[in-house]
Order: sequence, then structure tokens, then C-alpha cells
Amino acid sequence: MTITHATPTGADLATLHRENLELAARVARLEKQMGGVPDKNALSLCVFSDDLDRLLAAFSIANSSAACGMQVTMYFTFWATSALKRTGPQAAGKTIVERMFGWMLPGGPKVRSLSKLQMGGMGRAMVEREMRLKGIAGLAEQMEMAKSTGIQILVCSMTMDLMGIRREELVEYPGLEVCGTTKFIDIAASGNVTFFI
Amino acid sequence: MAESRRVDTRGLKCPVPVVRMNGEVRDVPAGEDLHVIADDPAFPPDVKAWCRRTGHELVSLETIDGVTEAVVRVVR
Repeated sequence: MTITHATPTGADLATLHRENLELAARVARLEKQMGGVPDKNALSLCVFSDDLDRLLAAFSIANSSAACGMQVTMYFTFWATSALKRTGPQAAGKTIVERMFGWMLPGGPKVRSLSKLQMGGMGRAMVEREMRLKGIAGLAEQMEMAKSTGIQILVCSMTMDLMGIRREELVEYPGLEVCGTTKFIDIAASGNVTFFI
Repeated sequence: MAESRRVDTRGLKCPVPVVRMNGEVRDVPAGEDLHVIADDPAFPPDVKAWCRRTGHELVSLETIDGVTEAVVRVVR
């Protein structure tokens, strides 16, 4: 019996080499499309509302998730941006309309109203009193906590532009960044949990 | 043996107990235990979830008269 060893010819090797290069190029292309492997431990919140109750829910979830070791990003857009404004006088050089936005949308965690049972401020006072009595952390405290848990805060630049909010009118927050939706969606797409509040 | 580390979160509500515990655990060396006391009813399920997410070991969890004591062994 004769055993024939398949000796690769030069032509076979050239074909293999070409196929190998094609496959490598395909893998590189697919990897680029995927943008790397998603970080399974990331939460992204799009915070839209400036209501006290909604902001409390957003910060509670964000702080707990960060404490669980998740990478947390909060993207503030539209009305929610007011919650990140400092209190005090508005920046100089605003148009009349921008100034009106400033008057009608006061800044800071203290002046937020409820989405339900606001009752001209009575509801909020009641909720704040109950929270204090029951040891539930308020919005200002939760916003401070976000600094220590390492939550990343992004602010929508279009909202800032629309409402005439200046960068210097925003609260001091480590790493706070004004950016567009693309940056947010890039972060959200690489994580596995996204909320809109 | 070193005095066991304790964090008392009584009177505090979700999410503060978990955030406090997470802050305390940073200073605990691997293999050592942290005792966490809480009276928030959300704490027992939350501490289980926190251990699952962070990889720390839940050695014991006991609730008596609404006060929970969790013993967490730090894993790094």
C-alpha cells in the first residue's frame, strides 16, 4: 500500500495566505462595528424631568448602582438641567428670552416641585417633612452623594444653548461635562442598562 | 484578632445604607468581615444584590425585630 503525502504546492500556500488576510480584514471590520465588547456593568440615565420625585428616583437608582460597582452616567437634558443650576443671580449678557427662562426655571435641588400632589407647594413641604422624619435622603444630599460614588454627569449642550444657561451657572461637580447626545448614546450603547426619567 | 468592623445605618433609608456600606468596605482588607446594621426594610434584599454585583461574600444575614445585621466578607 502506498501512502501519498499531500505536499502543499506553492499555489496552495498562496491561496491560504490570501484567505487568511481576507479573514483578518473581516474580523477587524466587525470589531470596529461592534465598538468593542459592551461593558456589562454600566448604567446610563437620560434625566429629562425637573420634578423632585423623578429626580429622587433617578439619583437613588444611580447612587445604588454606583455603589454596586457599576459605571454610572447621568445625562441631563431639557427641564432636568435646571436642577444642576446654581442659585443666585443669572449670568450677564443674556437676551430677554434667556433671562425669562432663568426666572421661570429656578436652579438647585431645593425648589423642585412634585409631578403629583404639588398643591401649590404644600405637597412638596409635606413630602420633605416626611422624608426628614423618616430618614430618607433628600435631593441635595443625594446629589452630594453622587460625587462620592463617582457618578459621571453630562449636560446637554443644546438645552444650555436653548435656555441660555451659561457654563458658570452650573453647580461645581467633579468631571461635569457639557456635550451632545452622541457622546451620551456612545456611552449608553456600550453599557447594558439605560433609563429615561 | 482585630475588632470587627461595624457600620450602623439605622434610621437611614434606601439608597443610603448600601452607599455607606460600599464606602466602608473600601477600607476593609480582603478576607476580613464588615458588620452592617440596618433597619431599612429594603436592606436585606439590597445587601444580597450588592454582594452578587460586587463579588463580596454574604456570610450571614439576620433580621430580629426589624433590625438587620449582615456580615459581609470582603473579596478582592
